Amino acid sequence: MSENLLEVTGLQKHFPITKGLFKRQVGAVRAVDGIDLNVVAGETLGVVGESGCGKSTAGRLFTRILEPTGGKIVFEGEDITHKSVTQMRPLRRDVQMIFQDPYSSLNPRHTIGTIISAPLQIQKIPTPQGLKKAVQELLELVGLNPEHYNRYPHEFSGGQRQRIGIARALALRPKLIIADEPVSALDVSIQAQVVNLLEDLQSEFDLTYVFIAHDLSVVRHISDRVAVMYLGKVMEIAHRDDLYKNPRHPYTVALMSAVPVPDPVRRDSAQRGRVLLTGDVPSPINPPSGCRFRTRCWKAQDICATEEPPLVQRLDDPDSHLTACHFPVVDDEAVAGRAPAATPA
Amino acid sequence: MSSVTPRPFLEVKDLTVRFETDDGIVQAVTESNFSLEAGKTLGIVGESGSGKSVTSLALLGLHRTRSNAKVSGQIWLDDQELVTASDQDVRALRGGKMSMIFQDPLSAMHPYYTVGAQIVEAYRVHNPKVSKKAARERAIDMLARVGIPQPSRRFNDYAHQFSGGMRQRAMIAMALVNDPKLLIADEPTTALDVTVQAQILDLIRDLQQEFHSAVIMITHDLGVVAELADDVLVMYGGKIIERGAAVDLFQRPQHPYTWGLLGSMPRLDREVRDRLTPVKGSPPSLINLPSGCAFHPRCPYAGRNGDRSFTDTPVLTGGAHAVACHLPAEERAKIFKEEVAPNL
Amino acid sequence: MLAYLIRRLINAVLTLLVVSLVTFGIFFMVPKITGSDPALLYIGKTSDAASIEGIRVKMGLNDPVLVQYGKFLKGLVAGRDYVSGPEVTHCDAPCLGYSFKTEQEVTPLLMSVLPVTLSLALGAAILWLIIGVSTGVISALRRGSLLDRTVMSAALFGVSMPIYFTGLIASAIFVYQLGWLPQGQYVPFLESPSEWFTQLLLPWITLAFLFAATYARLTRANMLETLGEDYIRTARAKGLPERVVIGKHALRSGLTAIVTVFGLDLGALLGGAVLTEKVFNLRGLGYQALQAIQGNDLPVILGVTMIAAGFIVIANLVVDLVYGLIDPRVRLA
Repeated sequence: MSENLLEVTGLQKHFPITKGLFKRQVGAVRAVDGIDLNVVAGETLGVVGESGCGKSTAGRLFTRILEPTGGKIVFEGEDITHKSVTQMRPLRRDVQMIFQDPYSSLNPRHTIGTIISAPLQIQKIPTPQGLKKAVQELLELVGLNPEHYNRYPHEFSGGQRQRIGIARALALRPKLIIADEPVSALDVSIQAQVVNLLEDLQSEFDLTYVFIAHDLSVVRHISDRVAVMYLGKVMEIAHRDDLYKNPRHPYTVALMSAVPVPDPVRRDSAQRGRVLLTGDVPSPINPPSGCRFRTRCWKAQDICATEEPPLVQRLDDPDSHLTACHFPVVDDEAVAGRAPAATPA
Repeated sequence: MSSVTPRPFLEVKDLTVRFETDDGIVQAVTESNFSLEAGKTLGIVGESGSGKSVTSLALLGLHRTRSNAKVSGQIWLDDQELVTASDQDVRALRGGKMSMIFQDPLSAMHPYYTVGAQIVEAYRVHNPKVSKKAARERAIDMLARVGIPQPSRRFNDYAHQFSGGMRQRAMIAMALVNDPKLLIADEPTTALDVTVQAQILDLIRDLQQEFHSAVIMITHDLGVVAELADDVLVMYGGKIIERGAAVDLFQRPQHPYTWGLLGSMPRLDREVRDRLTPVKGSPPSLINLPSGCAFHPRCPYAGRNGDRSFTDTPVLTGGAHAVACHLPAEERAKIFKEEVAPNL
Repeated sequence: MLAYLIRRLINAVLTLLVVSLVTFGIFFMVPKITGSDPALLYIGKTSDAASIEGIRVKMGLNDPVLVQYGKFLKGLVAGRDYVSGPEVTHCDAPCLGYSFKTEQEVTPLLMSVLPVTLSLALGAAILWLIIGVSTGVISALRRGSLLDRTVMSAALFGVSMPIYFTGLIASAIFVYQLGWLPQGQYVPFLESPSEWFTQLLLPWITLAFLFAATYARLTRANMLETLGEDYIRTARAKGLPERVVIGKHALRSGLTAIVTVFGLDLGALLGGAVLTEKVFNLRGLGYQALQAIQGNDLPVILGVTMIAAGFIVIANLVVDLVYGLIDPRVRLA
């Protein structure tokens, strides 16, 4: 059960910035800048972070839609870092992707039958029951009316389109599904339906998910383990409950305290306990030296500018987990930091 | 000393908005009733197509440029009726006494004019006698007040040169330049990251205290509402289905749809639930609303009281905490306590 | 902005270089393919071998292709000398060589007909811009009205009618039937402005009708798109009067796309409005091009092509610059 389905080490993706007539490279957007993580078979790994942290690029690297600049990706023990499109084709059966925008990710000129059956035909998967029957089974599986296989995407609502996207991803019975913000474009009540559907499908088909999202609550709900990303790096990675109960990285603490609490009674305490980050996320073209979060961190000291903290577990802290920080937040301090009004004057 | 109770600062009576389209009549807002006092915040919650944004556009009279829009009912702002007022009068209020900030500040700002010029324009249209220099100073002052560093330099920048959070701050500066008494914020933080959202909500709260204005916060995010609102409206299918003080509404939600919304949300302040309890189905078409209670096709309790849900439209009743539902109050309380609350 | 400007300029020069290379390549290749000898085309079939060889030497036809191209480029930039024994013929820059047919220098020949094309294209452009954009804007503001539908039907008609059809019909009515307009020849502006005007009026209107129709549709579509933008809603929410919302906020972005199309259309037209010139018997660049093609007069074809390409490249450059002025996102990117 604890077998690694996907192992990523030192993964990098730099998008070159060119200038002038001869497209001279003057720099690079370091979208993903050296991340290490693994995905265990059967689990859901949540990846959270704000826009520009590299979480979507990371997802595209895992599926090898993008070619990594550096590092290594191993899927089921096989190095797929630099496999060509043709070499990747058999692997496409095992790794599928679900996208954020259910509007632009479905070809408007194709019926949903064509859309969902396309992976089956490309991979030449035999469908003993017939292609149409296979599509209808998939539609039923994701909670759509099987009679609708002849309809076009525009005839469906946003939530239904996301179900179509899920059916397409499921068609090949993959082992790993990378879901990139799969519910963020949907209304609240529809979000929950899709989250429940993903959970049901996971237990039915033994799926492994990498669930990429900016919404911390949804990620906590669906994930077994969670990785927090900032400026192309993993800041902290831990089991869901460890991370949310004992966040160790100051960025994680700030991120979690910023989430609005849907309870007006606790409004004042939530606001008092909030760690308000100042300023903006620095540019990934020229990230800060040392620790990338130091420019916005209230705990930063000189060493943070000179030395990049490795993603490690502190031995002196029983509740610790992999954290890339020189001065990780500890429990009582976290309380004090988040609720300064509670400290005696 | 008048014996008549004074009208609330903002009072909306039977507001109804219809759009005639080729496909049929869009029943965007139907007989909306609510009020808001100065210095208070009203949250309007709903999913897409619930009528929450159309309500705000109707308040500002922005439907007037659309020839297919029909608005009826009354909107009283500071003892002035707006639905029947002249275009000229409404325009004078827009951006002056009442102003608005929008969801996506990048597309809501003109790409070809500097941010400063757009704020100056907003100021001078309501203060035509003010010199350009004074208006410029006022704009820079506003940029500083919403927390934009180096405001006199940023004055000359274009919207695309600002970060998302700074852009929304600039948008707020523009909306507040004429000291509005009513500020309508339509999903002001939806396009922003959560840490930036916290900054912007903080800013809105501070500025509201400073200006003592009334705020209408339109959002799909119950968390944002709980953070800011004194009172909350929940809209569904163009109608208000629940209305009450924020504390009451979150602690004792009355309408099955509100239960569904709360059940759909994973929450960081609670233990992880095994399963979310969402509303089944999808929101209705505003052209072809279901008969009776518009929520009945998605309501697990529809039909418990005979066929009324399918034929009669429930009326919003109940005083301070009002709800539009056919279920008797005791039965609703029982369902909430036994079936719903344990799953939230 | 300066870097942007320099980048665009370098781009323009490079484009012209490529165009010259391609046209010269064709100029060089066509005789090879058709099996004709350029020297023979210059001098006529009756000539003896010695004079043909003389021409070869004079025109540099014996040189390697690249040397020939180099000389051609030098001629464009600095002028060139054709040496035939003691006899030296100087061809001033920009030298485009000699016509096969008339043995005239190509550059002065084309320069002499350029005013005709310039008058035709610029006059028509002003006309269609005014008519097309104003009807387009009005249509967009009165969307769905009778006016909108009438204008758009007329525009559809305008777009679908070929110029030789509308041109001939218009001539038949206004020149021959009603006799309101003179029939005849181009009169230079300096000779008689009024005659210049009356002679060109019909070609202008015919040409403008075709383009105005396209522009009305384009303007309408762009304005409608702009009017739906969030920043127009913001402008209204600020309390701006509708005339400012439309006249300032909407028009500026609604017309941006028109700038591009207008620049390219005008640039293309300046290279010769072949059909219009033919229909109205105007002897401009387009007419010259037609003559040259019929007569296999390669140097003239090459010359017209270079001038046409030059206009398009310049138009493109101007469009880019204007775009940079209008849209700060282009300028500051």
